[in-house]
Amino acid sequence: MNISRLSVRFGAFTAVDEVSLEIGPGRIVGLVGESGSGKSSLAKAVSGLVPYTGSVTGAGRVQMVFQDPYASLDPRMRIGESVAEGLPRMPKRERAGEVARLLELVALPAELAGRYPRELSGGMRQRVAIARALGASPGLLVADEITSALDVSVQGAVLNLVRSLRDTLGLSMLFISHNLAVVRYVCDTVAVMNKGRLVEHGPTEEVVADPRDPYTRTLLASVPRLVR
Amino acid sequence: MPRTPSAIVSAVLVALMVVLALIGPPLWGEAAERIDAAAIMQGSSPGHLLGTDNLGRDLLARVLVAGRYSLLLALAATAVGAGIGIVLGALPSVLPRRGARLVTGLVNALVAFPGLLLAMFTAVVTGMGARGAVLGIGVAIAPGFARLTQTLAASVAGADYVKAARMLGVSRPRILSRHVLPNIAEPLILHLTQALGGALLGLAGMSFLGLGVQPPDYDWGRLLFDGFARIYLTPEVAIGPALAVALAGIGFNLLGDTLARRAARTAAPGAPVAPPPAAEASEPVEGAVLEVRDLTVAFPGGVTPVRGVSLTVRPGEIVGLVGESGSGKSLTAAAIGGLVPYPGTVGYAGLRLGGRDIAEMSRKEVGTGLAMVFQDPMASLNPALRVGGQLAEVARVHQGAGRKEARRRAVDRLGHVHLPEPEKQAGRHPHELSGGMRQRAVIAMGLMGTPQLIVADEPTTALDVTVQRQILRLLREVVDDSGAAALFISHDIAVVSELCDRVVVMYAGRVVEELPVERLADGAVHPYTRALVASLPDMETDRSLPLASIPGTQPAPADVGPGCAFAPRCALATAGCAQERPPLTPYGKAHEVACWEAP
Amino acid sequence: MLRHLVRFVLSLAALLVASFAMIHLIPGDPVRAALGPAAPVELVAARTAALGLDRPVLEQFLVYTGNLLTGDLGTSFLTGEPVSEVIATRLPNTLTLAVLATVVALLAAVPIGMWAAIRTENGRGRGTEAAFGSITGTAVAVPEFLYSIALVTVFAIGLGMFPPAGKAGPESFVLPIVALAVGPIATIARISRVETLRELGTDYVRLAKAKRLPATRLYLRHVLPNTLTATLTMGGLLLTALIASSVLVEYVFAWPGLGLKIVESITQKDYPVAQGVILVYGAIVLLVNFVVDVVLGLLDPTSAIKET
Repeated sequence: MNISRLSVRFGAFTAVDEVSLEIGPGRIVGLVGESGSGKSSLAKAVSGLVPYTGSVTGAGRVQMVFQDPYASLDPRMRIGESVAEGLPRMPKRERAGEVARLLELVALPAELAGRYPRELSGGMRQRVAIARALGASPGLLVADEITSALDVSVQGAVLNLVRSLRDTLGLSMLFISHNLAVVRYVCDTVAVMNKGRLVEHGPTEEVVADPRDPYTRTLLASVPRLVR
Repeated sequence: MPRTPSAIVSAVLVALMVVLALIGPPLWGEAAERIDAAAIMQGSSPGHLLGTDNLGRDLLARVLVAGRYSLLLALAATAVGAGIGIVLGALPSVLPRRGARLVTGLVNALVAFPGLLLAMFTAVVTGMGARGAVLGIGVAIAPGFARLTQTLAASVAGADYVKAARMLGVSRPRILSRHVLPNIAEPLILHLTQALGGALLGLAGMSFLGLGVQPPDYDWGRLLFDGFARIYLTPEVAIGPALAVALAGIGFNLLGDTLARRAARTAAPGAPVAPPPAAEASEPVEGAVLEVRDLTVAFPGGVTPVRGVSLTVRPGEIVGLVGESGSGKSLTAAAIGGLVPYPGTVGYAGLRLGGRDIAEMSRKEVGTGLAMVFQDPMASLNPALRVGGQLAEVARVHQGAGRKEARRRAVDRLGHVHLPEPEKQAGRHPHELSGGMRQRAVIAMGLMGTPQLIVADEPTTALDVTVQRQILRLLREVVDDSGAAALFISHDIAVVSELCDRVVVMYAGRVVEELPVERLADGAVHPYTRALVASLPDMETDRSLPLASIPGTQPAPADVGPGCAFAPRCALATAGCAQERPPLTPYGKAHEVACWEAP
Repeated sequence: MLRHLVRFVLSLAALLVASFAMIHLIPGDPVRAALGPAAPVELVAARTAALGLDRPVLEQFLVYTGNLLTGDLGTSFLTGEPVSEVIATRLPNTLTLAVLATVVALLAAVPIGMWAAIRTENGRGRGTEAAFGSITGTAVAVPEFLYSIALVTVFAIGLGMFPPAGKAGPESFVLPIVALAVGPIATIARISRVETLRELGTDYVRLAKAKRLPATRLYLRHVLPNTLTATLTMGGLLLTALIASSVLVEYVFAWPGLGLKIVESITQKDYPVAQGVILVYGAIVLLVNFVVDVVLGLLDPTSAIKET
């Protein structure tokens, strides 16, 4: 999939400034940057949630998973109904089977289909949101800060899930996070945004070990590290 | 439904209204129409409790009969208003952008217009009478419905789950019927109750002015109109209809309140529980800046988010208090600052600042000796006041400084936290400063006194990493310069490992391990601490291996059992762990751990 | 600021069209309706011609607008008085009543609301909360004309403490103002309580508490200013609402204001007067809202940035 010279403007303010980015099949591209860098606007543009100029090609259907696990599921819908929303038309029984399969894919028990979101923890809701997105067989999954509202002890499981989905389904993903360590762990390549512009994009190990752009260097130097 | 007196009163009143509307005309209809030439315009008498009208008809019967008509008119007006309003309110979400803006503008203009004016306008056009009044009151309550529908629909349409549905290709009508309508129906129905009460009063008002129901028909307003004309001679004839209108209004309004409270689902908190029994007052630790012994915070209903926490902070030291959401770390900080919200109660064997019980210190001593920094720098400064003024407050209130001196000191402290051009920043309002600058200003505010202790509750969580780095550096610098000590509360063990000297780990309200920071990465003993360290991805994590994570979730403060709270998630747990809680016991130098299975 | 002005002018224009259209929306012949079925055809025709109602609608509108600009609102069907004169003599009486009632309501309600908030913060004082809720809920639910009737019956007719009707000395203001203000006091006290509660939950109030500031300073300097935006907005809405509900109160107290006049003119089908009074009412409402918007813009420290 190819993003070419994409810009997002809100009035006179340019949130995303001519960003070009390629996401290969079965690859996870990490998008990092600080607040106001334009990374979330880019994600919304790619998902078709905000108007943009430029082009996004070859993605097929794009699905998005949001940051806040408490806002992304309709409180009045059972988990099963939410997950089934993206499924094509099919008989009822088949549908229930599909829902069970999708829940299994995100390592959740099928019984959860009959529950309401309020009965689930944040980490479980985030898995449900991923399952719902997978139901639409997306060409690209946009994950917008999907673990930043979660505790560290459950974050790991969601990150592992993201990686296993790439490995088993060959899913392409745009993974947005402010947390460089998380991006480094999950992503194949890393794109760095600053003030609406893409300042660097390269294979994860390369960007982390040998950043070209001074801003990337500042960012890397600022990441808190566990003192050993 | 909550059984408050007003809920019961409202339910009874509304039920009476409905019953009256059903049985009124068949029971008293005849009496209400019986003309008695011998009893014209009488006041109260045993035969006619509320008197008679100009044809000698019994007014009590007429009041009882008029209930049905009054209620029906109100229902009709509400239906008109709700119909027009909901259509107007829903239009912007289906119209093209320009049309939507036009409708929104119209609704906004009409909402600001008093309903009675709209009703009068309509009454002029349609002429006097019940039909005109119903239309008028309907038009008057429509803008409120429109505005409500609009804001509700907009808030639901902006929700993440609707965005997700749109991306999944769910059709517009389906989104409307499956997501939008169910989520806005409840508040709309609630508003309907209140509107019904409003319509009833509005119609009574119109009839009372002679603009509504015309003879020979009569509603309560019309009866009041007739009664009011005789108020100098026989005021009692106005009592019946006035009381009926008032009770109906009160009934519907209180019912609306009750429903609203139920919809908000604010569980009323129980009465505060007695402070947990504190152990005997402990002996002060020599030379400690902060000493917490057996701190417990309890809420009604057996909810105890902080259970017997003890920790000590020594001069010049930064102690990290680490835990995940719900571990009780922030409430511990609140208890130290005396900020535990009602109905929480705090008990302890010792809570000392500089060796003295905080509860016994004067406001001035606490206000100047203890500095607090909170998570959200956007919310920590008062938007209405200038930065300099907020800082100067401490000096003015507690240190008796004059206006000029206080301001000079404020500017000096702002410079101290490296705010560029402190003089200028002092004259600004908080919203003119960036997040990092605001957090600096909050720290400077803490430095206005002579703090012995800085309690910082997740002070960098809302900030970008580069700004976080600067604030962490500043905190260390401030501690080194001022000789104060700090308690740094955070969920991020990487940040804690960089900044702090010692680390206290909390889980489900208790301290499970306390250790020097050097041992955090490799020398931690408690299985929870070890799992936290392992599950944290950092810049050296091996990418070829799956990331560790802890199965299950931390128990809620009400669900903590008698044993080790971590046992259900612990790989080392034995049957005994769930039975008996392990005490915090020394484990080598400056290291304590609460675990039965620790190696 | 400019945005508010544009909106104000546009609303005025819409109001003008609406008030002009009012007469034309009346089904049938308004002149016939006013004069009654017994009036001779010639009289109806003459009156229609005098009012210009036989001309093309656009022309009528231009004449109407032109007359308005010169202060000519037409003449009463019944008395022949110029409508502008009727309004000029009656408007001050209505405004005095509404403004005084607004001031009384705000002065009484804001402290009550703040007090209730402080007493019921975080769900403490459940008895106070229930009592506050029921009392204000009840006070809001009783319409102003019932208060008026009750006050007249008890204090004027029964006890003879105040005059029952008309405008005379200062004592004649007491009952109408009380009748007008009771409901709004309850409404605003509720809003003031909610706003204060919200403020009490903010981090900067927690910080001020941690600094151990004295309670008076905490409430007056940190809480009160931040609740004023909502209170002022309410004050504006309240003033306009009171101008409207004064219609009913004036009717009960026979107060020589615009409200009494509009009721008379509608019952007597004196359309030029009704039209003129409604136009003036509407214009006042728009003006008050405009002024409130502008004042809010000047008060809010964050708006200075948004506007530039």
